[in-house]
Amino acid sequence: MVPFNILVAVCLIYVCLLFLVAFAAERHAERGKAGWLRSPVIYTLSLSIYCTAWTFYGAVGYAARSGLEFLTIYLGPTVVLIGWWVVLRKLVRIGQRQRVTSIADLISSRYGKSNLLGVIVTLIAVLAATPYIALQLQSVTLSFGLFASDTPEGWALPDQSATALWVAGGLTLFTILFGTRNIDANERHHGVVMAIALEAVVKLVALLAVGVFTVWGIAGGWGAVAERIAASPIANWPLVPGRWIGLTFVSAAAVLTLPRMFQVMVVENADEGHLKTASWAFPLYLLMMSLFVVPIAAVGLGELPAGSNPDLFVLTLPLAEGQGKLAMLAFLGGFSSATSMVIVSAIALATMVSNHIVTPLWLSLREGGARGAGDIRGLVLMSRRLSIAAILALGYLYFNLSGGSTSLAAIGLIAFVGVAQILPAMLGGIFWRGASGRGAALGMITGFLVWLYTLYLPSFGEGGLLSHDLLVNGAWGLSWLRPRALFGLDGLDPLMHALFWTMTLNTLAFLLGSLLSLPSPLERIQALAFVKVFDQDIGARGWQRGGAEAEDLLTMAQGILGAEAAQGFFQAEAASQGKAGYLPDTTPDFIERLERRLAGSVGAATAHAMIAQFAEGAAVSVRDLMAVATEAQQILEYSNQLEAKSEELARTARQLREANDKLRELSVQKDTFLSQISHELRTPMTSIRAFSEILMEPDLPPELAANHARIIHDEAIRLTRLLDDLLDLSVLENRKVQLTLKVANLHDLISRAVRSASSTRAERRFSVQRDYPSEYLTVITDTDRLVQVFINLVSNARKYCDADKPELAISSRRRGNRIIVDFIDNGAGIPKKAQGLIFEKFSRLDDTQRAGGAGLGLAICREIMENLGGTIAYLPGQRGAAFRVTMPVRPGQGQMANAAKNGAAEKRPA
Amino acid sequence: MRRPRPPAFFANHGYRRRRLVDALRLLPLFGVFLFLLPLLWRTTPGPGPNTVQSGVYLFSSWFILIVASFALSRKLQPDEDKAPSEPPGDDKDPATDGTH
Repeated sequence: MVPFNILVAVCLIYVCLLFLVAFAAERHAERGKAGWLRSPVIYTLSLSIYCTAWTFYGAVGYAARSGLEFLTIYLGPTVVLIGWWVVLRKLVRIGQRQRVTSIADLISSRYGKSNLLGVIVTLIAVLAATPYIALQLQSVTLSFGLFASDTPEGWALPDQSATALWVAGGLTLFTILFGTRNIDANERHHGVVMAIALEAVVKLVALLAVGVFTVWGIAGGWGAVAERIAASPIANWPLVPGRWIGLTFVSAAAVLTLPRMFQVMVVENADEGHLKTASWAFPLYLLMMSLFVVPIAAVGLGELPAGSNPDLFVLTLPLAEGQGKLAMLAFLGGFSSATSMVIVSAIALATMVSNHIVTPLWLSLREGGARGAGDIRGLVLMSRRLSIAAILALGYLYFNLSGGSTSLAAIGLIAFVGVAQILPAMLGGIFWRGASGRGAALGMITGFLVWLYTLYLPSFGEGGLLSHDLLVNGAWGLSWLRPRALFGLDGLDPLMHALFWTMTLNTLAFLLGSLLSLPSPLERIQALAFVKVFDQDIGARGWQRGGAEAEDLLTMAQGILGAEAAQGFFQAEAASQGKAGYLPDTTPDFIERLERRLAGSVGAATAHAMIAQFAEGAAVSVRDLMAVATEAQQILEYSNQLEAKSEELARTARQLREANDKLRELSVQKDTFLSQISHELRTPMTSIRAFSEILMEPDLPPELAANHARIIHDEAIRLTRLLDDLLDLSVLENRKVQLTLKVANLHDLISRAVRSASSTRAERRFSVQRDYPSEYLTVITDTDRLVQVFINLVSNARKYCDADKPELAISSRRRGNRIIVDFIDNGAGIPKKAQGLIFEKFSRLDDTQRAGGAGLGLAICREIMENLGGTIAYLPGQRGAAFRVTMPVRPGQGQMANAAKNGAAEKRPA
Repeated sequence: MRRPRPPAFFANHGYRRRRLVDALRLLPLFGVFLFLLPLLWRTTPGPGPNTVQSGVYLFSSWFILIVASFALSRKLQPDEDKAPSEPPGDDKDPATDGTH
């Protein structure tokens, strides 16, 4: 016998181990070494969340009640997995192409990115999952209770409800910690996946261990077991054909439509090739999980006293035989099954609730809609966290209400039938172009209501949510509306009755609705993209050119993807169009890709609505649809090629035109500058000449002479500084600069710059926001040169920032081998037209003399950064003017060579 | 000018691959057939195979399916499983199979 407090201790250690594994996996993935975390083995193991505590404990109970019928729950998934080529491969491909975040998102995206469908699927999923989660809490509680009952002393928990509360709380914490690290569903939850893979191994080993012990330890070999089965009450179990077929079907449907299965199978899938391994390895896993079920049930029925709960044979059998350690292992197996299911379910459901209910609601409630929505990342993350807590709370509530009385298998099957209502819309959506959103909505709502009425509500028992009278006589006394004998179909067991009516009416409504409705253009585009997902480049363009401004889109994307990811995405897109900087042309292709990227975070419907705010009136028309219809496309292929070529030419022409414009502007600027520099040179010269002429006067008072001499001196200094700048620039441009490399702390450098720049327009109140902890980064560089760049940026902000309360935010971080420092002020920023020119020599934003320089500052900065192996760039889409300085942590080959020369030169005189 | 015909090796290769995919598509149907077979003997009243025999039958057919699935997915070359699926009705002469 295992003392209860040791059990609790082992349990806690195991939970700590899970946290450690998840944490280590996240760390590993962050460092970019995710290689083996994405192996097909891990993928297959993560699929094992199909086997919940219901499977682990309940299968034995099920077998003890109805013989081999429990196998149907595994045979269904086996058929789906070995048929991966037909359905799963397509689902996974669609999931990757469309950046699907959940099963609700799949349905919503397929049927014209309609949020209504997303909401329906979410509701079905949440309602079906609640009892299922309650079931997991119940199984952990029951198994805890089993150990506690024999040991009144120790740290026995006061009652079952408290145990369930502790478990629910712990699971909420784990799920929030590792399930909401990023909002992009396509960035995988490595920590969670790794933890559930470990749990998959634990539960398999535990069940196999109990099985081996039962067969060889108690019964004495397979032959003896066969004799025991033949002698047991389940020797001749009655196979009910309806149930056998129905249960196989519903479990096959569930493996496709359960939100948690969809999450691990499609959303977390890193490589389509993994399906190949899973197609045989997962059925093998299921086979091993069920191999010993009947032996344990038969031996349990024989050995244990009559009346003991067969749902707990896995635990009670080793306990009765005095195998405390084995029972402990079995307990951990059941614990693993329950926890992994709850964690993944909560993540999947929370994604659905936040993407399809909370975010759209929030966007429609706030004024101005998606435009200027600001940072919604925080909102999405917070709503996911709250949803996780709410879903677990619902499960706990259901557990408390139902009193944990129903046998395990019944609750699980109710949930299966519930989520199976999504199946017609899902399969119809990926195989039939004619399936329409109206049909899908009709079918799912019909199926859902019938499921509620015939199965879900009656499951609370008589006097629960439906009255006894209603159950027996039907609603309004109409006997053909009896929940368990709809339309007079009597004599079926309730589950099969509900399955038959829900699926029949659901499919019928779906087909009729689809046949009779005319889908919108967007819906038809999505239908094509889903059904023909394997035909490459089926160009489903949802957007036309024009309308959207790249800078607006960038601002919005930053609010969803986070600043860094959005900037990276825009930069890459701009580069692929042959442009420098962060603002690509808003071509339909680009908008399409951006929408898909956003869809990976907030779901297709929300992403589409947000983009539509900016590209209003530019959405697709029926005429565009004709262009992408497959028949027309074959004929148009040739003209498409021509179009592609002319587009290529147009792109080149655009680049040339841009370069030409830039050159012309530069030449104008150079002329302006030459006249300006002559002017700048002449003014001091004139005053020097004038004052020196005065000095030549013989009888000048000495104080006047000193004053004039000082003026001459000042003017000479101004001249020298101008010439110094020009010389400096020419040295930098020719890469002949000598670098003095030093190790320094970035924090000190920034502080030095801020101090030095404080004399610029010192009369203004100017606040500098810094994030000190993030600045402590070591850098090897020419510190004086770097500080020169920083000083320039800070004093520019002080000079030009036109806000009432000028502010400059400096933020730094390290990314791989590079350090990024951003300087962002809150002024009006730099107009888009000027952004391309500010780093050019002699360029100045305005003609005012406020600057007091010759427009060389940023040009020098750019040259310095290039010499240091880094870059400086203007960052559009921020509040005000923003500059980003990027540099390597340590210099590359070129800078080292320059430094070496310098070092040698310095040593020589010594 | 037309491209020269690819060697017969490719045609055979393509032909084999299509049949392999056919097999992959048929395997689940075969599975359904195997799993529904007990309906034939278990529903009729009177003596029939009992739990032990049915269990042995179901587990062995399950295992056979797993082995078949393993063998088929092994044969599928890693670079091929991402190729687009072919339209139905592709049962042509193997020699002309790879020319288009």
